Amino acid sequence: MKTLTMPSFGADMAVGTIVKWNVKPGDSVSKGDIIASIETMKGLIDMEVFDDGIMVRLLAGEGDELEIGCPIAELQLKNEEDSNNNPEQIIKSVEPHNLEVGSNRAVSQDVALHSSDSQHVEGKVRRVPTDVEEKSRYSLNTRQPKISPAARSKAEHLGIDWRQLPQGKGPDGALLSDDINIVNKRPTEPASDSDKDSSDMMREAIALTVSRSKRDIPHYYLQLDMVLDNTLTWMNHYNADLPPSKRILSNAVIYSAIARALISFPMFNGFYQDGHYQSSDTVHLGNTISLRQGGVMVVAIHNAQRLGLAELMEKIKDQVNRARNGGLRMSEMQDATVTVSNLGDRGCDTIQSIIFPPQVAIIGIGRQRTVPWVIDNMVTSATIISISLAADHRVSDGHSGALLLNKINKLLQTPERLV
Amino acid sequence: MNNHSSLKDYKSLKDLVCKLILDIAPEADVQHLDPNEEFREELDLDSMDFMNLLDLILKETGVNVPERDYVKVNSLQSLTEYIATRK
Repeated sequence: MKTLTMPSFGADMAVGTIVKWNVKPGDSVSKGDIIASIETMKGLIDMEVFDDGIMVRLLAGEGDELEIGCPIAELQLKNEEDSNNNPEQIIKSVEPHNLEVGSNRAVSQDVALHSSDSQHVEGKVRRVPTDVEEKSRYSLNTRQPKISPAARSKAEHLGIDWRQLPQGKGPDGALLSDDINIVNKRPTEPASDSDKDSSDMMREAIALTVSRSKRDIPHYYLQLDMVLDNTLTWMNHYNADLPPSKRILSNAVIYSAIARALISFPMFNGFYQDGHYQSSDTVHLGNTISLRQGGVMVVAIHNAQRLGLAELMEKIKDQVNRARNGGLRMSEMQDATVTVSNLGDRGCDTIQSIIFPPQVAIIGIGRQRTVPWVIDNMVTSATIISISLAADHRVSDGHSGALLLNKINKLLQTPERLV
Repeated sequence: MNNHSSLKDYKSLKDLVCKLILDIAPEADVQHLDPNEEFREELDLDSMDFMNLLDLILKETGVNVPERDYVKVNSLQSLTEYIATRK
């Protein structure tokens, strides 16, 4: 039997709200199935299972807000012996729980709401029928619009009558915090206490992770200025006759160069846990995406080193879109093997970042800028970016880090090879 | 009469561009945007937002803004004029 817990989707997440269960006790599930939608301060995330099995109990009801690590369901594994030793599962369970944000303070009163031993159905595939009866069983009041508790509390605090609002962005039109934020923005009002509370919680969660990182990880920092003119010339040519939806942005080229360089430098791509380092044989490149409501999400581009530029660009677009509008998968939020932190077009020239444990490296990208540059003893103008590396000195040395940065630089000089 | 109708067209085109900006960035304060300012900076639109905006403009108006013309469409005013002269 395996207990599923409220997952963590990032260093700044402290609590999550179960907006909708897609399964009920007795349902068979397969690895990769989305079993629930979870609302966080950053939007709606699809929670997957990582094993085949049968849902035995739901330990929390729809609408319950729980701290990360709280039990939410029990899953009977199809093959318990094998699954207990599944390394992927171990990796996924380590990080969120290390944050130790507290006990099960918010576990709902109606724990085991739908559990029943008689529902231990073996082997049969039974998907949830989303009929009216099922819905009314799960929601407290079907005549009113559905609303998450976080959203309701925010609405009530702000004096907004949520019963009068149109449908929200959640499943079945449920109202989410973001919907209330949008309503609240229409007339300009000063920041409310409830906003302050959630941002305080986000700060606390970030504080825990970065303090742990700086306490445990002996960081070292390197930086290299890279000329981007070859990349930009190639992109201009590539994009010239394409409609906007097919164009490639320089970020895709830079991410591709980073991912392909990293595969030859395993000491920067993996996890340091329990006193030893395990490198990953593929690059799940964590892309830092800034959200419109504030805050950032790190979303993993799986097997980034294998993607061609057009494919990588599509993936980045899709993930940015889902990060801002909902629909990210739990696995995308959790299994980045290395992170890229990008200040974007209008940021600063350089960034020196803090490693997300248990990762061992983070690569920072500054903004593109035009500077005087010496080529063949002549001063000319060049568009450059500064790419930085913060790495864990327990796992790698500066010499390797310098080689990695130079490899990225080399790949950026021949972008046509990344296609 | 002609001037009047083209002014009206321009106004509705500008409203359309504002609506498309809001589709991409719902929090953008287009009401108070100076039409001659660089709107990407003013509204905090990154390169992907801008590309998505141009994609919507192509779908709604049929006007494609190629990369080489990005410098010509920096402000709401210049972008609207660009579309108006090619529509």
